[in-house]
Amino acid sequence: MAGSEPILERLEHADRRWIFLIMLVAITVPLFLRVDLPIRVSPEVKGFYAALEALEPGDIVYFAADYDPGSKPELDPMIKAALDHLCRKDVRIIAATLWPAGPPLLEAALDSIAMGRYHKTYGTDFVNLGFKEGKENVMVQLGKSFRAVYPNDYYGTPVGELPLLAAKNAAGGWAVDTFRDVKLLVNISAGYPGTKEWVQQVRTRYDIPIVSGCTAVSAPEDYAYIRSNQLSGLLGGLSGAAEYEKMIGVPGWGTVGMSAQSLGHVTIVVLILIGNVLYFLNRRRRKEAA
Amino acid sequence: MRREVPLLITMIVGWFMVLEFFFPQAEKWSSELQNWAIIMTALASVLGVANVARINMLKVSRRDRDWRYSIVLLAGMAFMVLLGTVFPMVRSLFHIDSSWAIGGGEFMGVTYGPYRLSGVAAGTVFNQFYDFMFVPMQATMFALLAFFIASAAYRSFRIRSVEAGLLAIAAVVIMIGRVPLGREIWHGLPEISDWIMSVPNLAAKRAILIGAALGAIATGLKVIMGIERNFLGGD
Amino acid sequence: MRPVTAGAFRLLVRGTASLVLLAAGAVPAVAKEVEDPGFFHLERLNILFHLVLFAFLFFLCIRLAAGGRKFFIRKIAGLEAVEEAVGRSTEMGKAVLYVPGIDDVNNIQTIYSMIILNHVAKMVARYETPLIVPICRPFVVPLAEETVKQAYLDVGSPDAFNANNIRYLSEEQFAFTAGVDGIMLREKPAANLYLGSFFAESLILAETGFQTGAIQIAGTANVHQLPFFVVACDYTLMGEEFFAASAYLSEEPKLIGTLKGTDLMKIYLLVLLIVGVLLETFGVTGLSTWMEPR
Repeated sequence: MAGSEPILERLEHADRRWIFLIMLVAITVPLFLRVDLPIRVSPEVKGFYAALEALEPGDIVYFAADYDPGSKPELDPMIKAALDHLCRKDVRIIAATLWPAGPPLLEAALDSIAMGRYHKTYGTDFVNLGFKEGKENVMVQLGKSFRAVYPNDYYGTPVGELPLLAAKNAAGGWAVDTFRDVKLLVNISAGYPGTKEWVQQVRTRYDIPIVSGCTAVSAPEDYAYIRSNQLSGLLGGLSGAAEYEKMIGVPGWGTVGMSAQSLGHVTIVVLILIGNVLYFLNRRRRKEAA
Repeated sequence: MRREVPLLITMIVGWFMVLEFFFPQAEKWSSELQNWAIIMTALASVLGVANVARINMLKVSRRDRDWRYSIVLLAGMAFMVLLGTVFPMVRSLFHIDSSWAIGGGEFMGVTYGPYRLSGVAAGTVFNQFYDFMFVPMQATMFALLAFFIASAAYRSFRIRSVEAGLLAIAAVVIMIGRVPLGREIWHGLPEISDWIMSVPNLAAKRAILIGAALGAIATGLKVIMGIERNFLGGD
Repeated sequence: MRPVTAGAFRLLVRGTASLVLLAAGAVPAVAKEVEDPGFFHLERLNILFHLVLFAFLFFLCIRLAAGGRKFFIRKIAGLEAVEEAVGRSTEMGKAVLYVPGIDDVNNIQTIYSMIILNHVAKMVARYETPLIVPICRPFVVPLAEETVKQAYLDVGSPDAFNANNIRYLSEEQFAFTAGVDGIMLREKPAANLYLGSFFAESLILAETGFQTGAIQIAGTANVHQLPFFVVACDYTLMGEEFFAASAYLSEEPKLIGTLKGTDLMKIYLLVLLIVGVLLETFGVTGLSTWMEPR
């Protein structure tokens, strides 16, 4: 019809603020309605779970939380779930970060889960070493000595005064000082430095198993490391966090976010389809007019 | 000499770090070099602060366009440096024991504060600004991506060829298959989505990774051999 | 075939044959972890072999190129468009915005970005177009200043260089992104070049640039950001195309030779992959064991 032609053109080139509004509704409404959807656990998440489940009480884990506030909504759920799992297994945690804006987030997660939920003792059951600049250099140097890289913890306490790191072995050396004294490296990363760098610099050099959680956009790249067994498990984005929360039986923001994410994805798919339908209709109309 | 000395340092250190990987005796020296690198990158943060201060103070002094925003930036920066670095250093140097806390009280049944003026840990003024200004602003910027990807997909994702059609099908399957709703629509979607991620996606990612890695190695070789010098500024 | 090329080819064939024999188990491979490595990490011999091979192919092609051999490089649309983008900015009387990524000097992409910046700066210096370079890392600032200043000097317009256009904004990813968005919306450059290491901010930058109507060329080796650039930019250099930029723009024989050296290494890896898959399929694991990183 002659009157509808401009409408189709206008729809194809609609002001993007209408798209923003549609997305806003699609993402926020499910959060208020709290629709629970059944969650299927992928093999990569099962691998992550199995690696932590295999730990024994008293084992030591290096927890590298390499993220910042930008990725907090996506990664905090998996960090809290991983800490919950580790604390439940009575595993001792050495936590640190290679991102400058990371320490307060790591502190908040440890306070909430390790201290708040499981009443763990700082210094004995877990330590927070804070941030160190140096990226891959720090990763490599940590393999040689934790205390050389982190002489003090996040609060300024010398690591020699923290029971977890002050223990001596039979030979008189430090019982916990390198990656050889650690059973597993848990890395939650938002980008660089992150999973890829830990695998490249640490996995082969020090032969320590690594499990990783990352943003959804980085996950496809990390599949290569899963398939080559350089990573034992992978949590990809908020859906990975939701699957892991299901495995440990502690639903959190990952699970809550699934309904919003589901509707958000469906909305984008519908928008793509509508955009293409409009494109082909307008293209045919222009050909006919010509 | 201005370009030759940096080139010589690059060559010596670059080759040393490559060969160190194969000769265990060199590990001690490479460890030392890496410690130097850690110290230098930490110094870069100081350089960054000085640079920001210099540029914005110049803007204010010359009343350049938007100079008022520079005042806000400088004030914010000075305030956070004071709380996070200067006050702790002063307390440590002069062995001040008192807590230097401010604020505190009760609001709608919730007790808050007092907040320490010195330091960056939980319970400090620094941490309050971090939690209630920095975190929401950063998270908001990241959240923009959801809206931008929707508008970019609506505007640009056009099936103009067979390849674009295959891409669209793969994108739809992955997007729906990776969320719980996908399984509700059809139980096979998650399995197909997993297969796409594990086989074609993996193959393509590996190929790009190998290519990019070779390119990076080639660039590294060029830089440490002095073949590539343009990054130092012309010939 | 010239003697040096024939000799190199024979060496390559012999080396590959040795590798195949090794894989077939005719020569025992050093497979187990060595507790005391001694003078040399024998278990890393595989990596050294490939490094030496790559370096050999690299320098062979440089030597051939320097000797006058012409190598073919296919057209890369994004790089062809750089001059068009600069020309468009000049016609419209607007600036060119060059974002060299958000990573530090230790990232090879940042170094490459500086190399491309040198070429772009020479173009804008010739056309007398303003060039704005927002920087995310303090260590990159003196590099960028030196690169652009030298470009203006080379073209013979040292007075046209404006140090205030090399702007350090912030080390924080999204603070930097907000700053660049602000530059785009206020100063409305006609061409945006995003060449370097980018992360989550890539789509925010590209979408904002699209809204201002600028022509946009992006290039990065960060695979996870390529889809966003492809969707929002006019041209995208993917992975190695970005690394090829320096050779492509300068047309310098030595740099083109390095490109061909990389291509030859890729061919070798392709053959190795096919041979490895076949051997693994028939249960011969010597090659994959030898190739394992230790």
